[in-house]
Amino acid sequence: MTATSTTATEPLVRPRRSSAFRRGLQDWLPRIVLAPSFAVIVLFVYGFIIFTVYLSMTSSTLLPRFDFIGLGNYVKLFDLPNWWIALKNLAIFGSLYIVICCVLGLLLAILLDQKIRGEGVLRPIYLYPMALSFIVTGTAWKWFLDPGIGLDHTMHALGWTSFHFGWIKDREMAIYTVVIAAVWQSSGFVMAMFLAGLRGIDTEIMRAAQIDGAGPWQLYRRIIIPMLRPAFLSAFVVLAHMAIKSYDLVIALTNGGPGRATELPATFMYSYTFTRSQMAIGAASAVVMLMMVASIIVPYLYSELSTEREQ
Amino acid sequence: MSTATEGPQLGSGSVFGRAILYAVLIVFAVYYLLPLVIMLLNSVKPLDEIRSGNLIAPPQHWTLQPWLSAWSEAQVGVQATGLKPYFVNSFLMVIPAVTISMVLGAINGYVLTKYRFKGDSIVFGLILFSCFIPFQIVLIPMAKVLGTLGIAGTVPGLVLVHVVYGLGFTTLFFRNYYAAFPTELIRSAQVDGAGFFRIFWRILLPSSGPIIVVTIIWQFTNIWNDFLFGASFSDFDSQPMTVALNNLVSSSTGVKEYNVHFAGAVLAALPTLVVYIVSGRYFVRGLMAGAVKG
Repeated sequence: MTATSTTATEPLVRPRRSSAFRRGLQDWLPRIVLAPSFAVIVLFVYGFIIFTVYLSMTSSTLLPRFDFIGLGNYVKLFDLPNWWIALKNLAIFGSLYIVICCVLGLLLAILLDQKIRGEGVLRPIYLYPMALSFIVTGTAWKWFLDPGIGLDHTMHALGWTSFHFGWIKDREMAIYTVVIAAVWQSSGFVMAMFLAGLRGIDTEIMRAAQIDGAGPWQLYRRIIIPMLRPAFLSAFVVLAHMAIKSYDLVIALTNGGPGRATELPATFMYSYTFTRSQMAIGAASAVVMLMMVASIIVPYLYSELSTEREQ
Repeated sequence: MSTATEGPQLGSGSVFGRAILYAVLIVFAVYYLLPLVIMLLNSVKPLDEIRSGNLIAPPQHWTLQPWLSAWSEAQVGVQATGLKPYFVNSFLMVIPAVTISMVLGAINGYVLTKYRFKGDSIVFGLILFSCFIPFQIVLIPMAKVLGTLGIAGTVPGLVLVHVVYGLGFTTLFFRNYYAAFPTELIRSAQVDGAGFFRIFWRILLPSSGPIIVVTIIWQFTNIWNDFLFGASFSDFDSQPMTVALNNLVSSSTGVKEYNVHFAGAVLAALPTLVVYIVSGRYFVRGLMAGAVKG
């Protein structure tokens, strides 16, 4: 992004009123102006985090209670089979979601990077699902995968009567339908990240390798893909934290079912807190979710900010 | 640095190879477009045609009834109001939330790049991390605070929530943008006696066009598409579009009107889709700024 500064043509000079108060005010203004936003974030983000952490160590049920009982709720949480189902589902969903999005995104980026006529049409088509709400995506895929009216039904109507695809109603397979819908929504975005990475690679390095006799496949495998490491890292961080926070898509697609087959930590937290009146357990699960996100985001932000300072 | 405009050519560049390449790219385009096409096709079909026919067949009898029904007649929650009031709610929520969070973010970005004070990097770090927290961690105290303030279950309550949790991203966007703005211009204006707000108003703001567009698109898309806050903090008369759509689709009473569901889903997607089509370039830029630089 380049900022142009040609617009400030009017003279900025004003007769100076050099009162000490004014100068003092000008010194303090930046801080005064930033203060409300910062206060809001300290209170509504960090204050609330502390509140929820404390709540997770109380005996709150339907309403918050403030009796400190220690870490018992965490022990209880990790004794709950439902929580383990949610964690296991998150592991399956998260790993497949990240891997498939990265593979598909990289493939599409490389293919689009081949002097394609009509790239300007294809790229926005790959990317538009990212503009949709997960509720819309979930609704579309819910009916599309529904055996009653969707793919199954359509194949039968077209004459392929032995076709069967009922994953969304199958306890074993339902979590994979969440992967299918989520990949559809996010893979175009990963493509855009990789494409930006590919377009930023120095041609000199490629030319040197080509002179050394490297073919295009070797060039991709040995030189170009390894140089996309920063893009891989960003994609991983973004996808991982989206996976941990996934809530809307599951609600719209399967509502956690059939049974608890697609329960994730986010849906677990919501139902324990607001419908099952076990607020302290819900708070504990939220704290675990925060720790998962923090363990991914904090090192990433730290390294981003420190490289920025070096530049 | 010279940069590549295209990668090295895969295959021999033969006509056959190129044909396969284009075929693969088009198959993927179909894959991404199919769900949207299916929603559109089946939103103009009578219900019995969906039940007896297949999802990808074009309608034999075109009808706009599903759209009319989704808009103003369908049962959402307890009332048969259609999605219209919720569509309006979403706009009433999005417009002030985007405006307020953007104005604050612009000022914050200006302060964080053009003024130095003790602890400024810690301040920025704390603001930055707030972008990524799972919102489950703030749901319980937020519900309490909204109740205390007397705005629980109202549109202003949702505006407050979205301003608070949008501030991190708007600050990040403007901060990254203003970081590239020459600081010497600011310093020389200060020497000339220009004050804090005058510099912002006369020097930074006139060249902020692109980042304002990026921020509006990002915030608009995120807040319009939000479901968690809408589901947690709204009442029947303040629900945003996403929550109403989910109620419409998942209500278990009566006949499942798939065509109405599809029309409703397209209605809920329409505002963000229009924004994307009109200004896709800025949309991508926002995604990148939120991810790569963030």
